[in-house]
Amino acid sequence: MKLHEYQSKQLFAQRGIPILKGKVATTAQEARDIAVELGGRVVVKSQVLVGGRGKAGGVKLAKSAQEAEEAAQQILGMNIKGLPVRKVLVDEAAEIKHEIYLGITNDRAAKKPVIIASGAGGVDIEELAVSDPSKIIREHVDPLLGFREYQARHVAAAIELPREHWKTFVQIATALVETYWATDATLAEINPLVITKDNRLIALDGKIVLDDNALYRHADLAEMRDLDEESSQETEARRFGLSYVKLDGEIGCMVNGAGLAMGTMDIVKYFGGSPANFLDIGGGAQADKVTAALRIILSDTKVNAILINIFGGITRCDEVARGILIALKEINTKVPMVVRLVGTNEEEGRRLLADANMITATSLADAAQKAVKASKG
Amino acid sequence: MSILVNKDTRLLVQGITGREGQFHTQQMVAYGTKVVAGVTPGKGGEWAAGVPVFDTAKSAVESTGANCAIIYVPARFAPDAMLESADAGIPLIVCITEGVPVLDMMKVRNYLDQKGVRLIGPNCPGLLTPGEAKVGIIPGHIAKPGNVGIVARSGTLTYEVLNALSQRGMGQSTCVGIGGDPINGTNFIDALELFEADPQTEKIVLIGEIGGTDEEKAAEYISDHLSKPVVAFIAGQTAPPGKRMGHAGAIVEGGSGLASDKIKALEAARVKVAKHPEEIPDLLV
Repeated sequence: MKLHEYQSKQLFAQRGIPILKGKVATTAQEARDIAVELGGRVVVKSQVLVGGRGKAGGVKLAKSAQEAEEAAQQILGMNIKGLPVRKVLVDEAAEIKHEIYLGITNDRAAKKPVIIASGAGGVDIEELAVSDPSKIIREHVDPLLGFREYQARHVAAAIELPREHWKTFVQIATALVETYWATDATLAEINPLVITKDNRLIALDGKIVLDDNALYRHADLAEMRDLDEESSQETEARRFGLSYVKLDGEIGCMVNGAGLAMGTMDIVKYFGGSPANFLDIGGGAQADKVTAALRIILSDTKVNAILINIFGGITRCDEVARGILIALKEINTKVPMVVRLVGTNEEEGRRLLADANMITATSLADAAQKAVKASKG
Repeated sequence: MSILVNKDTRLLVQGITGREGQFHTQQMVAYGTKVVAGVTPGKGGEWAAGVPVFDTAKSAVESTGANCAIIYVPARFAPDAMLESADAGIPLIVCITEGVPVLDMMKVRNYLDQKGVRLIGPNCPGLLTPGEAKVGIIPGHIAKPGNVGIVARSGTLTYEVLNALSQRGMGQSTCVGIGGDPINGTNFIDALELFEADPQTEKIVLIGEIGGTDEEKAAEYISDHLSKPVVAFIAGQTAPPGKRMGHAGAIVEGGSGLASDKIKALEAARVKVAKHPEEIPDLLV
């Protein structure tokens, strides 16, 4: 789960990382009022959960409250990479002397958190990693020992930070790592961390991505989820414990298991079709989950065929069949459905669906080809 | 021969009295696996699925000589269960549980490494040596003994492949489900190394998916160290970047983890990569 910049910076500030004064506005008038309160000169920043906001014109400097209102007017209602801007953060403007990148994330290969830093901040760190990897400093954190101050000094020295800032930098880096641990983040980054013209270190922008698997122990953070930023289908799917990702195609897919769901999408594409979604009903799904899944798939109006692929292990094919039948009673649809049920209780499942006017298939390739054919009418 | 588990495996089940634990213990016992003990704190002295239950892993190991543990407890208790089995001296731990927080896994993995304990999973279907032992949730009836070793990141996709192989008369030595989480125990290379050394295994199937760089590393290892033929399938060729495809580890981030990169690396290591799962048996012939 991604947090907005303003949410991330609040979490940083709670642990002592210096940030600028600022507030969130949802209207241009509010942005104006905040600018007045902050003394006029501000930066108006779109709050959407994608990168590249600056390049898209979603961050503007305003020299007066009037300009702040105009900037907010322009930014609110903008679409950045498909996401409508509903909020802006109005921050004090800072005079920047130097920009630094500082982040911490999980290193999958090392099985440890890794601090990533660069003296060339304010850039896309992923691009820099490709174009000039020597400018990126990495320092692993031992998960059992934790982060040590000398490690922060290693980083400070490696990015050639002037010595006068080391003490503050150590505090900021330590607080960043603490925030990462305390929130169960998979990424916590300050980009840029700036040295201002009056020689202060300030986190100008922040980003935190939380581990969805750990949200059960962070009720306060789970509440920060911005439902505006996901499709209604995704919200609905989460409510039923389904894993759903919307794509651009026409063939709705319902599968048990993430790997098989991806494999099913791939084979649809291989036979010339185009998957409309990723949907994993999980292991041992009961009828109600299956019903919800089918409802979600059919709410996408582009869907013109559905492929249901179930390899029953823990999941029982008869339960899935019952869910399909309930859904069909609820939703009146003419979208053709291809069903493949294999594994636990497959005979019973097939028997239940025998009268439901569905296209059946035995192998995965057969099912995919039939779905593609149905989709192309 | 086979790898990791066989008819001599003495299995301990953590969470044996839970719904999942009880059901799968029955299945494992019915398959012929030697399940010697169960652990559920507070239920020591009881029996579940015909297996004696202990309060702690330590007492279970002392009484039964268990040498492998399987974990079916909910995610919030799973890190503790893995550490408890490791401290009880069990050298091989299989964790089925899905949804363990990644920061917990980093601590667990680092501690287990220090102890020299091998972990399979978490968020995995476990291990199956056809005809000998089932340690996990892989449906036993779709597998049959033979010479193909399988290592996979996913569950049901693996069943699909097992089924396709068995239907074509191609049996398996051992099937290893390493799981779909970003931080796990045994990886592709560990399993490939074991299969290479196992005389029963003559061919290997590797089933990967998007996210991370384990498949690329496996390709390098195959190229340098493997004499046995490997066939692969990579799931997620149609997955968009930045979206987690169900598994916590199945996500294309920062331009890495793409299926196309993995396929390229594997093909460069002379691995035949299947276009779809049911093509795997054709490529193994």
